[in-house]
Amino acid sequence: MKRRGRLADQVFKLITLLFALAIAGLVVLMIVEMARDSSLSFEKFGASFIWREVWDPVREEFGALPFIYGSAVSSIIGLIIAVPVSIGVSVFLVEHAPRSLSTPISFLVQLLAAIPSVVYGLWGIFVLAPLLRDTVYPRIQSAFGFLPLFKGTPNGLGLMTAGIILSIMIIPIVTAVATDVMRAVSRTQPEAALALGATKWEATWIVIQNARSGITGAVILGLGRAIGETMAVTMVIGNRPQISASLFDPSFTIASAIANEFTEATSEIYRHALVELGLILFVITFVINAFARLLVWGVTRGEGKGAHA
Amino acid sequence: MTLITGLFSVLAICALLLILGYIALTGARALTIGFLVNMPKPIGEPGSGIANAIAGTLILISIASVIGLPVGILGGLYLAEFGSNRLGNILRFLIDTLTGVPSIIVGVFAWTVMVRPMGHFSALAGGVSLAIIMMPIVARTTEEMIRLVPQSMREAALALGAPVWRMSLGVVLRAAAGGVATGAMLAIARIAGETAPLLFTALSYNYMSTDLNQPIASLTYQIYYYAQSPYDEWHAMAWAATLVLVTMILAINISVKILTRQRYQ
Repeated sequence: MKRRGRLADQVFKLITLLFALAIAGLVVLMIVEMARDSSLSFEKFGASFIWREVWDPVREEFGALPFIYGSAVSSIIGLIIAVPVSIGVSVFLVEHAPRSLSTPISFLVQLLAAIPSVVYGLWGIFVLAPLLRDTVYPRIQSAFGFLPLFKGTPNGLGLMTAGIILSIMIIPIVTAVATDVMRAVSRTQPEAALALGATKWEATWIVIQNARSGITGAVILGLGRAIGETMAVTMVIGNRPQISASLFDPSFTIASAIANEFTEATSEIYRHALVELGLILFVITFVINAFARLLVWGVTRGEGKGAHA
Repeated sequence: MTLITGLFSVLAICALLLILGYIALTGARALTIGFLVNMPKPIGEPGSGIANAIAGTLILISIASVIGLPVGILGGLYLAEFGSNRLGNILRFLIDTLTGVPSIIVGVFAWTVMVRPMGHFSALAGGVSLAIIMMPIVARTTEEMIRLVPQSMREAALALGAPVWRMSLGVVLRAAAGGVATGAMLAIARIAGETAPLLFTALSYNYMSTDLNQPIASLTYQIYYYAQSPYDEWHAMAWAATLVLVTMILAINISVKILTRQRYQ
């Protein structure tokens, strides 16, 4: 009887292990499948695929640079806007807001993450892009139009609009993780500083200093989110594979190229080139997420496992 | 300084309210009972609806849940009960990685392992890609919820002579059931809004379909499709479909929030 019980326990453990392995194994399987499915393009272009600037399905010449550029620049614009806002909200939630206010505010900010990407895209096309085109971009141009960054005639769809949409979409994740790490750092230092006559500003600055590696992790997690974002960006970035200095010009990201062209890929090598783009995106988000997690864990470890995201 | 950080908070919430408000106002204009129960009609014909897309989204969610929930819950059970070792840490790391994989990549993956071998787009492939997105989320929330169950309950079950498997399933998992269900609901809300993984798997279908072997419509795909079209009439339908989708997702999120607040206070 006792032995049978032990056997059942072993079987139970094995079954749950199999399910956990199945989920984790998907990551490995994805890499293998994508590597296999990008072999043609990899054989033809080798490593130069990453820095080739041409994307011509008709002549079957492919290179990833315009997409890497578009993903990087739109995500950086998103971060430049989202990071100050997110850290501001986190500081407010941790340092200033009474509990009765911080719970609903953090819930409402997190609701931004519940809105589907395609809905941001719809809003971007019909509300944000016309607004930016008619009122905001002309003003930027009249003030800074001499800079190559703001040249051209903006039609509303382009890198800048994509970056602005991305900033709204990544505020929740950056805020959530930054709030977590700021709550996790010790209170004794800022309180000692306050007791010694420091201002609230200075005490908050100590909290930010102590949590800075975790806050960096939060920012990098936001970057990972922004780079992988697909639908909203596809709908507002204008979808043209080019590298242009102007932020008002249409561009393309890795994710939006796959979304747009995968079903239209007529030749085998065209599809392989798209899958290779996907593999590059996978590797980038993998490295970013792993690095960000290490940073966040470093701060929140005292609170046990399970940092957000 | 309270003022500045407070202003940032107001700014973020304003963004939310502006977007939701616009969806509510614009969506409500085209939203009628007919819109919910009619089938799509050619452009120009009145009385067009999205009944097939609503049904499609529900079917896709069901397929994903049937596959994703058991795998996610049992995988999470392993991480919580037996995963405090090296293997557990590796699995946890890989599962967290999967959470961070962009959903478009999941779509490409589902295409290579499902659509290409089958030779055509299908609801099943769409459901599988959504299940893949769901699994790591469910596994990690299940793990967290199970870890909250007090150790004394495990010891009590074992002391009464229960084998480990009965202790895990009958006592621990049952005690954590509310939390696990909450996690499952949030995962469902998340996949209900996914579009990218459906682009090359479920695709879309202009008629009512319950055949899992055929392409199927979904709310998100329809929103994308209508938004890209040049017709004002379809744009109005995109907004109305968005109102339906967002109401569904927010209802899940808000009810989960209310339920969990009651439990933990």
